[in-house]
Amino acid sequence: MEIPWDLVVIQTVNGIVTGMILALVASGLTLIFGIMDVVNFAHGELFMLGAYVGVVVIGATGNFWAALILSAMIVALIGAGMQIVTLRPLIGRDPLNTILVTFGFSLILQNYALWQFGPVARRIPEPMSGYFNLFYLQYPWYRIVIAVLSAAIIGGFYVFLKYSKFGVWIRATTQDRVMAQAMGIPVPWVLTGVFALGASMAAASGVLFAPLVGVTHTMGLDWVLKAFIVVVVGGMGNLGGAIGAAIFVSLLEAYASIWVSPAQAVIVSFIVLILTLLFRPTGLFVPTPK
Amino acid sequence: MTTAPLEKTSSVGRFGLSHSAIFWIGFCVIIAILVVAPYVLPPFWRRFLTEILIWGLLAMSSDILIGYTGMVSFGHSAFFGLGMYGAAGALLLFTPNLWLALVFGLSGAAAAALFVAFFSTRLRDIYFAITTLIFSQIFYVIIFTWTEVTGGENGLIFTRPHFTVPFLYDAKFNAYTLHWFVLAVVAGSYLALRRIMRSPFGMVLQSIRENEARTRAIGYPVERYKMVSVMLSGLFAGLAGVLYAVQNRFAAPDFVFFITSGDTVIFNVVGGIGTLVGPIVGAGFFQLARELLSRVFGDQFPYLIPLGMVFIAIIIFLPQGLLGFARRWLNR
Repeated sequence: MEIPWDLVVIQTVNGIVTGMILALVASGLTLIFGIMDVVNFAHGELFMLGAYVGVVVIGATGNFWAALILSAMIVALIGAGMQIVTLRPLIGRDPLNTILVTFGFSLILQNYALWQFGPVARRIPEPMSGYFNLFYLQYPWYRIVIAVLSAAIIGGFYVFLKYSKFGVWIRATTQDRVMAQAMGIPVPWVLTGVFALGASMAAASGVLFAPLVGVTHTMGLDWVLKAFIVVVVGGMGNLGGAIGAAIFVSLLEAYASIWVSPAQAVIVSFIVLILTLLFRPTGLFVPTPK
Repeated sequence: MTTAPLEKTSSVGRFGLSHSAIFWIGFCVIIAILVVAPYVLPPFWRRFLTEILIWGLLAMSSDILIGYTGMVSFGHSAFFGLGMYGAAGALLLFTPNLWLALVFGLSGAAAAALFVAFFSTRLRDIYFAITTLIFSQIFYVIIFTWTEVTGGENGLIFTRPHFTVPFLYDAKFNAYTLHWFVLAVVAGSYLALRRIMRSPFGMVLQSIRENEARTRAIGYPVERYKMVSVMLSGLFAGLAGVLYAVQNRFAAPDFVFFITSGDTVIFNVVGGIGTLVGPIVGAGFFQLARELLSRVFGDQFPYLIPLGMVFIAIIIFLPQGLLGFARRWLNR
């Protein structure tokens, strides 16, 4: 079989762009899991909600960047509310309860979006219209900007986690919740903050990605599934692993869709997951415990 | 798990009846009500009741994992769907025969269950839940895109087989006999599963739920027990799929999609896990509420918003579900 090199290059760029978005979604998910022991099933719905808030804000102001920031803030508030009302009473219970509660939330949010915005996909216009030539394609600059912005958000988040006071609190809470509480760290509020932060990252990726595909109420499930795959492949709760796995899986899917339809290309990431579970059940980027 | 105080140490209840006598009287009364129900109910509700029983069987099969082995499966749609498509294959390829459809459907579900069990039982808790979900999506994508065989998005349409007892009886299903057939299968499955869960095998499953490390330390091969439990669960889910196919005369990829698995989990949590009948009650409660809400507020009403809130409230305030109060009694 002859390999179409131009397609391979195009798909590499495509894979990296979706991989960066996926990394942004997955890092919110893995953050919430690693620190709170909460599997956030509603993460895809927060992504979707972020995109819809973006649609509304752009409708009101016409400014994409305002939409990006406002949407991240509003969804962070919604996430904080969710955490306070439903997840806080579950602290100390079996983590499986959290997957059920957030699943309930995903139902509510999805149906709310359908009810409020209807089944027709909404569009967010691309905020910039420049192109550059990639072989025979006019490749939009905006896609490159998405990848760079996602990387910037993740990088900023990493710096925040490493050097800010709240970041230190978060890491302390991850290591030892009881001890952190004893040292005067307001653990319940740290958990709320983490959830809000994860939610805002999902919302930001929702707004960034919306111009490429359009906004529908079912877009969340696709993403949460992919993010779950990425998080398991990268090692649960492992930020670097999630990013690496996101790019790896997206690249594989992009290459696969040269030869098969995009719907079938998804199977490639499933196969990666199965192989990972078989040979490195703790994740590709985590040393296997002896 | 908390241990509730023993209410009465003797097996003699308030009316001088033993526990098992009360259980069987209750069982027979409920079965009798369900047997005569089709004569009383108008056609729509008759069909509705039959469907609740089928969904109840699906939810009950998932209770083996959630309630008894302590593993939440978010992938039961795969087994349900494979049962459905297996039955569809048997009905389309050969002369329609109920028992052949059953054999094909159960084999399909068993194959899927073997596949899922082999990989996913390596993982625990949340990881198990997520991998079952992803496996069910694999089956969904295959069924959805393999149009030549599965009919893709349109699914498969077939005729309903006759109800046959080889050499003895052969008649078309009507609404009544179909209901009774479904009822018989569901009741039989309940009794079989109840027996299995009270057997030494079922006890090992429950001890895995209570303390996996200790069960392993005693010397039970935990992984093997888990695999068998997933396969058992998948088999009964496949049975529900066959029943659904026979009732509705079609198989559609929608039923392999995640929504079906999600509903199954909801039925379990609402009804009460670890009771086997709870999930049927949960299915009835949920479907009835859905139907009533969309009748009162119209088709466009997003009934899943109030139902989702009820679901969340039940997890927080009533984690044992509607039938949770009877859990110890039912399992004795």
